[in-house]
Amino acid sequence: MTPNAEEAAVRLQIVVAAPLERAFRVFIEQFDRIKPREHNLLAVPIAETVFEPRVGGHVYDRGEDGSECRWARVLAYEPPHRVVISWDIDPRWQVETDPERTSEVEIRFVAESAERTRVELEHRKLERHGAGWESVRDGVAADAGWPLYLRRFSEVVDG
Amino acid sequence: MLTERMWVALGDPTRREIFERLADRPRAVGELAAGLPISRPAVSQHLKVLKDAGLVSDRRIGTRRVYQVDPAGLAALRDQLDRFWSRALASYREIIEPPPDET
Repeated sequence: MTPNAEEAAVRLQIVVAAPLERAFRVFIEQFDRIKPREHNLLAVPIAETVFEPRVGGHVYDRGEDGSECRWARVLAYEPPHRVVISWDIDPRWQVETDPERTSEVEIRFVAESAERTRVELEHRKLERHGAGWESVRDGVAADAGWPLYLRRFSEVVDG
Repeated sequence: MLTERMWVALGDPTRREIFERLADRPRAVGELAAGLPISRPAVSQHLKVLKDAGLVSDRRIGTRRVYQVDPAGLAALRDQLDRFWSRALASYREIIEPPPDET
């Protein structure tokens, strides 16, 4: 294992007061409200984000003008336990068309009791985004990363 | 400026090739040279430029010196995604656990 391997993933988990089936269903069906809305690769504001509940489907944003941005492929769909999507967004926040250069996100749902569910999220294989990592560091420093998105967001909200 | 040096360093196609090979996995100079149409000293020279730009780092393993991509860029990407998903999970919690009515 290289020293980078451990770093090349984001792991988060939360426990929610909901039964397993509902926890899974809400995540998929309401993903539109879950995804931070200001993360937008379209030229227009997002009307909705759709999570297609099947292997081979996509997660995509639909803009107010009807344009679409498909930024994830559904790789595994096993309700109510597990879903895996690809992350087809490069480190400059543009759609990555080469599947070899995409990472993946697994979300696991584990019943802790009849009324509580642990949700484990792992965004892994980040190293596959390759040389673009450097642009992230530069982009953040150059105010072209998150600050830009947040500013765009506030413009949309205020406008 | 550090950023500018990075772009200059990656402006050269051979260095870009070397960098991409290191992004794949850490490698020693000999291994890099074996797959490229340039001499081993030339590879070393390119590695020095990449290292000075903060794009790669090296470490000694036994008698070999192994080069790898500097993880700082990857760490920045990870931080961004960490923030993205933290916010997503916070929204998820609010949706699934509506706050009780304060009446």
